[in-house]
Amino acid sequence: MRHVISLLIENEAGALSRVSGLFSARGYNIETLTVAPTEDASMSRMTLVTTGSDDIIEQITKQLNKLVDVIKVTDLSEAPNIERELLLVKVHATGAAREEMKRMADIFRARIVDVTDSSYVIELTGNDRKLDAFIAAIDPALLLETVRSGTCGIGRGERVLRL
Amino acid sequence: MELTGAEILIRCLQEEKVEYVFGYPGGAVLFLYDALFQQDDIRHVLVRHEQAAVHAADGFARSTGKTGVALVTSGPGATNAVTGIATAYYDSVPLVVISGQVATAFIGQDAFQEVDTVGVTRPCVKHNFLVRDVRELASTLKKAFYLAASGRPGPVVVDIPKDVSAARCEFSYPAEISMRSYNPVIRGHQGQVKKAAQLLLGARRPMIYAGGGVILSDAAEELTQLARLLGAPVTTTLMGLGAFPASDRQFLGMPGMHGTYEANMAMHHSDVLLAVGARFDDRVIGNVDHFAAEERKIIHVDIDPASISKRVKVDIPIVGNVRDVLEQLIRQIDGGTRPDLAHTAEWRERIEGWRARDCLAYKSSEELIKPQFVIQKLWEVTGGEAIVASDVGQHQMWASQYYRFDKPRRWLNSGGLGTMGVGLPYAMGAQLAHPGAQVACVTGEGSIQMNIQELSTCRQFRLPIKVCLLNNRYLGMVRQWQQMFHGQRYSGSYMDSLPDFVKLAESYGHVGIRVEKPGDVEGALREAFTTHKNELVFIDFQIDRSENVYPMVPGGKGLTEMILPSEDL
Repeated sequence: MRHVISLLIENEAGALSRVSGLFSARGYNIETLTVAPTEDASMSRMTLVTTGSDDIIEQITKQLNKLVDVIKVTDLSEAPNIERELLLVKVHATGAAREEMKRMADIFRARIVDVTDSSYVIELTGNDRKLDAFIAAIDPALLLETVRSGTCGIGRGERVLRL
Repeated sequence: MELTGAEILIRCLQEEKVEYVFGYPGGAVLFLYDALFQQDDIRHVLVRHEQAAVHAADGFARSTGKTGVALVTSGPGATNAVTGIATAYYDSVPLVVISGQVATAFIGQDAFQEVDTVGVTRPCVKHNFLVRDVRELASTLKKAFYLAASGRPGPVVVDIPKDVSAARCEFSYPAEISMRSYNPVIRGHQGQVKKAAQLLLGARRPMIYAGGGVILSDAAEELTQLARLLGAPVTTTLMGLGAFPASDRQFLGMPGMHGTYEANMAMHHSDVLLAVGARFDDRVIGNVDHFAAEERKIIHVDIDPASISKRVKVDIPIVGNVRDVLEQLIRQIDGGTRPDLAHTAEWRERIEGWRARDCLAYKSSEELIKPQFVIQKLWEVTGGEAIVASDVGQHQMWASQYYRFDKPRRWLNSGGLGTMGVGLPYAMGAQLAHPGAQVACVTGEGSIQMNIQELSTCRQFRLPIKVCLLNNRYLGMVRQWQQMFHGQRYSGSYMDSLPDFVKLAESYGHVGIRVEKPGDVEGALREAFTTHKNELVFIDFQIDRSENVYPMVPGGKGLTEMILPSEDL
């Protein structure tokens, strides 16, 4: 099962490698990992997407909690939540493809954020499945480059992850 | 007044009442050594290899319950220390390891004797720090000592760049420390304790399985009290030996791979199993499915939530400090309906039946020295009162099976990591901590040579350790597995060109004795512990080369699938 795990960690040198090192040392999967400081600069918020059985996810959250730099851990997948990922994609945009790519961006409610004679950079935000669908919809011959931020997530409603 | 980083370190160690620092100097720690030289409170023990510095600090910690301290230089000093750090980590021993680092301006430049110590040690420490500013040094050391000893204990590395140890600032040592990201649970959840007590009181076949957590939290007394209250049999793991008196009738010996027949059978057939400060590791439960096939309720008390339901699913988890939770359990049971011992009479009878198999019996010999016999004699001669530091291998198992530990903190060995070479440095740490105590190092000719240079340290500090070498000229445990599972192809397990250990010991200024006949075993031990009471004595026991460790649960097999000595191959 896929799980989205959110962490608050001390914003200290090496904190990220403690988390990533834990995953490699214990053979857990990481699909995506994003991290950035929070509104309180002494803390970072990390979102980790991983897969595993219930037993493995239980061990992952316990082992993460055990790390001294980790302040709080929550499995967002346990309750309703919102996931978002940012995609930047650079495509060929000449001839018929120029109009085609513009239409495609509109359909997916993406935005063109850079334009040259021959290329567009398109920005799209959504959950990972939407991003996958967009990439799949683009003619591979037109695709020059993609970059994804990895998933970040937040609980719906009253659910809050903070100190 | 402003102090240098080096002086601040010393002041912090004094504040923490550190008595001994085990270390080895080098370029990056010159300022630290200079400060160490100019004070008298803390004694520095110069080892001959950094690995031994950490092991000795570890042995000091295991035998006292205090936090051990080691000091090493940057680069190779730190990498040599890694085995010691990992050994302590796997057995949850509180250590603070201070390493020198190249000056901050040189970090990342591939400077002379530079290594990323924080990076290298990260997977095998409880936590580690690189101190980049002298103003953070005192608070970092306070955190290090707090982290090492609290919660589930473990080693903490503090890496101090050379310029930080020379820089100056005002010194103040925080009296208290609190960390928002670190709050170990001490008391168990009362509701869970209640449920556990009910389950134990209703059990027909109760069993207590106690591990190193009982020793670490100094809860041997509480464990014994609870066991008596319940009338339940007790098995203790390799790390838990001494948590319950081995000479007591309720004690069944160790469980697991080289556990006793009665302990393994009882553990498997119990209906309520109370696991305390133990973690169902693969040397205890080799086959999780086989164990789970028999129905039983499991209560698991541990300070580390991650140890609970990691390998074996449990019914009642109780997170908390072992001693606190045991006290809660005792209060709960003592205050209510006392257990009806008639309930469990049939169970005790069944256990006596298993015990009657006498699984630790061995063929004695007039000609060949049996290793088990040496350990039994060691127990007799020392009145069961010695601190026994063991290395890793067959001799370790024999020592754990035949030296009956009645008290905690007398059995020092590397259980989790299984590090050969710990024995002599462990004995050093223990002997320094307990100057008047009888300290024996039970070792093999493979293990002892992994840190034999420490005979020199023992001489310098006049440590009257009794080294009992069970010499079979084989890497015995490897040979045993090759005999049983690899068609008797003894690949790499024969030790050729051994030194003359008697002469070797003498060349370091110690007493050396060689024993070749069973009849001389006791005499040699008595001589060592009486005539040469104040000297290090190295006894080379030339033992039966073919002796194996039994009982044995082969890797991956179930607890009831033991090989007993009578079924020797």
